[in-house]
Amino acid sequence: MSNQGFVTLYPLIIGLSVVLFSLGAIGVLIRRNAIIIFMSVELMLNAANLAFITFARAYNQIDGQVFVFFVMVVAAAEVAVGLALIVAIFRTKRSINVDDINQLKG
Amino acid sequence: MPGFEIVIFGALALIAVVAAVLMITTRNAVHSALFLVVVMASLAVFFLGLWAPFVAMVQVAVYAGAIMVLFLFVIMLLGAEKTGARMLRTWQTPVAIGLALAVVVLGALLLLNTAPIEVADRPAAEIVMGSAEAIGLALYSVWLFPFEAVSILLLVAMIGAVVMTRDERKKTSV
Repeated sequence: MSNQGFVTLYPLIIGLSVVLFSLGAIGVLIRRNAIIIFMSVELMLNAANLAFITFARAYNQIDGQVFVFFVMVVAAAEVAVGLALIVAIFRTKRSINVDDINQLKG
Repeated sequence: MPGFEIVIFGALALIAVVAAVLMITTRNAVHSALFLVVVMASLAVFFLGLWAPFVAMVQVAVYAGAIMVLFLFVIMLLGAEKTGARMLRTWQTPVAIGLALAVVVLGALLLLNTAPIEVADRPAAEIVMGSAEAIGLALYSVWLFPFEAVSILLLVAMIGAVVMTRDERKKTSV
């Protein structure tokens, strides 16, 4: 037990991960600024990463950490494309409020 | 010293949760981005404590560094820090908070009803868990195909971003 560090608290860390994920979900649902929505998605990805790292440590498997690496790569790709989309939308509509982007509405 | 660990955990968790709440409630998008950096930094400390030093460094360099700089750059480029002030929709906020609380309660119930994990101790291997060497060995052996696939994903995303931000008017002359 002497050399284990944080991992003895793993239920609390997973709990923190759940709380952060829920806060990210709230952010996605209640904000209307597209950039804030994107940042909330990043928060949810980070919460999932925390759970991955915690279980990787608890089971002493490196695969969880490798998967976090992949999540980060996908997040980087998502941010690049997402922000490009936001810039393109802002150029035509002069707004990044998601309620203003309703031209496909029938 | 379990007491010492729980103090560190409590402080870090408090910082992360408070910063996350401020991130989704503050009206200025620049402040929002900076609070997200605080959350990511505290998560990086967690990663260090959970034997993932390489991931912690990537978290600071790539996430808190590169990705958040990209966010701040776009916020300032668009002058968007004030545009999202409207918080919204009266009925959506309580529904969202209720659903989130339900998820938290569900998570707590699951954690309480799951048999505890037999936490593994440090293995007697010469490679340190979570080091760049260990991650590299896993990445280039078991995870080689996903690694290559993800590199193609990055390339596609890069091309997509360039194509989408190109000026439409110049397209005909090319």
